[in-house]
Amino acid sequence: MDTIEIEVDVLVIGGGTAGPMAAAKAKEKNPALRVMVMEKANVKRSGAISMGMDGLNNAVIPGHATPEQYVKEITVANDGIVNQKTVMEYATSSFAMIQELDSWGVKFEKDETGDYAVKKVHHIGTYVLPMPEGHNMKKVLYRQLKKRRVDITNRLMATRLLLDEHGAIAGAMAVDSRTADFHVIRAKTVILATGAAGRLGMPSSGYLFGTYENPTNAGDGYSLAYHAGAELSGIECFQINPLIKDYNGPSCAYVTGPFGGYTANANGDRFIECDYWSGQMMMEFYKELEGGNGPVFLKMNHLAEETISTIEEILHSNERPSRGRFHEGRGLDYRSGMVEMHISEIGLCSGHSGSGVWVNERAETTVPGLYAAGDLACVPHNYMLGAFVYGKLAGESAAEYCATHALAAIDGKQVEQERERVWGPLGVVDGLPPSQVEYKLRRMVNDYLQPPKVTRKMEIGLQRFAEIRADLGRLSAADPHELMRAMEIHAILDCAEMAARASLYRKESRWGLYHYRVDYPEKNDKDWFVHVQVKKAADGAMSCFTRSIEPYLVALDEEEKTAYQKLRIAKEPAAA
Amino acid sequence: MTYAMNRLTVPVTVDEEKCIAAKGCTVCVDVCPLDVLAIDPIKGTAYMKFDECWYCMPCEKDCPTGAVQVDIPYLLR
Repeated sequence: MDTIEIEVDVLVIGGGTAGPMAAAKAKEKNPALRVMVMEKANVKRSGAISMGMDGLNNAVIPGHATPEQYVKEITVANDGIVNQKTVMEYATSSFAMIQELDSWGVKFEKDETGDYAVKKVHHIGTYVLPMPEGHNMKKVLYRQLKKRRVDITNRLMATRLLLDEHGAIAGAMAVDSRTADFHVIRAKTVILATGAAGRLGMPSSGYLFGTYENPTNAGDGYSLAYHAGAELSGIECFQINPLIKDYNGPSCAYVTGPFGGYTANANGDRFIECDYWSGQMMMEFYKELEGGNGPVFLKMNHLAEETISTIEEILHSNERPSRGRFHEGRGLDYRSGMVEMHISEIGLCSGHSGSGVWVNERAETTVPGLYAAGDLACVPHNYMLGAFVYGKLAGESAAEYCATHALAAIDGKQVEQERERVWGPLGVVDGLPPSQVEYKLRRMVNDYLQPPKVTRKMEIGLQRFAEIRADLGRLSAADPHELMRAMEIHAILDCAEMAARASLYRKESRWGLYHYRVDYPEKNDKDWFVHVQVKKAADGAMSCFTRSIEPYLVALDEEEKTAYQKLRIAKEPAAA
Repeated sequence: MTYAMNRLTVPVTVDEEKCIAAKGCTVCVDVCPLDVLAIDPIKGTAYMKFDECWYCMPCEKDCPTGAVQVDIPYLLR
């Protein structure tokens, strides 16, 4: 096992969606920069879109939607807790990004006139652009990286960021999951693009890797940012999604909705007006699932044969193509049966909800030289296109930062401490296997943090997490692969603790099921119309505090404010 | 401390007749996001070493000889 030193200008951690875009744009801004993408898996097939994507969920295309309308929609969908500036930056950059991706060879659905064929799924506006041939996303991105001569390293897991004496970025440290070599990367700037914290809760199947998110996305970036002293925001706004039961992937209402498919109860009846994923929608889903009309299904068996074959072609070749195989195994045909649905395990993901590393509209975090983009950056309901837009912003901002900053000196003490932590499990004899510790930790996450949130349960959860933290030194790794899993547990535990503390701190209910606290069942705008931030305090303790919400750029009227509160379909009272 | 060995079926299987890992191919091992596949040095074929599968299918799709088959993990089936 060696220690390897590398020097670059821009280090991008994560080569999924936002990462490659960030690297490409940093290089475009200044081709002389040394830009490196560091990926835990392999850039060719990594991240949330390893098998492509079946559509854009949030395309703001002139003639179909306006940036103002989109900012309103997301403000309402995220229950008011947004920095509208970040959402507006996304909305105004979204169309140019679609055009650029189009020019790179990404195929979007167009109508007979050549216009983008946008569909309505959201409550208010029209933003969903299908990509029936979206399976080649990663190939398109890879080509751009090669063309721009971006350096790529695969199978390296970042474990801690390096800071200079003023708390600004000096680089990062990483471990090779094949050789256990320790890497010290000196960099002027670091861009975090490590995706969601998707291995937080345990899927109800009990299979640790059967998560909604790509399970490689274990929350490494949340932990990296936290230990570097960055602010994280909205951690209590969990990601919880309506998924195919057991398979635990999207069913997927965004694709089937425009074709006439919909979420139904056991009677085959609609119960929500809008299938767009929000906390409010998940609350109605939860009530129906637990109530007398449950369980919940995705219904397509009323559709025409040609419609169903089109849906099958999209769903069984994009994003999660093994869906078809799963249904086949159970003898389910969309033509005759309905797809049984369930609620996912909890996760942290700004791409779908709102929990992430705090960024402004330039993708800057609160740590100088540190940028964040994609599912881990706090820009609510950002999805894939948001990852591209914030990847671009992060790449450009980082390139600008490089122009005025020199490489910082590496602090040998930080390196020594981290190498000891990272290599630790290799030297533990008769220790705890990572799989067992992870199983217990994530089972505790389910038991104590899955909404409805109960104060006393979350407090007990914190005690259990502290006990597991005390066990970390007993983790043993038989090989470099297990060492990666062991280090992931450190990150998952950080995320679990942040999730508990942020949830306890916000003493109200908000975002429907995402933060439904039975001890504080009402939304309380008077005291809690604020962001809740999590940060590592100077004494090393985890601290929570509020950040006020910047004045809105786009005002909401009263009717709009409550649009997402009225998702349940009102039943006509039965005649007496 | 003593360890127990639990038997597990794995979702990814490789047709040893079709696998060309002996000729230097490592495509399925390279593309797996979870890094759970490996080449058996004695047999010269790929196999699933760790039961940590997202049933995402790059290994199957990218295999040049169609040797890899991804099934849904038994617990989810």
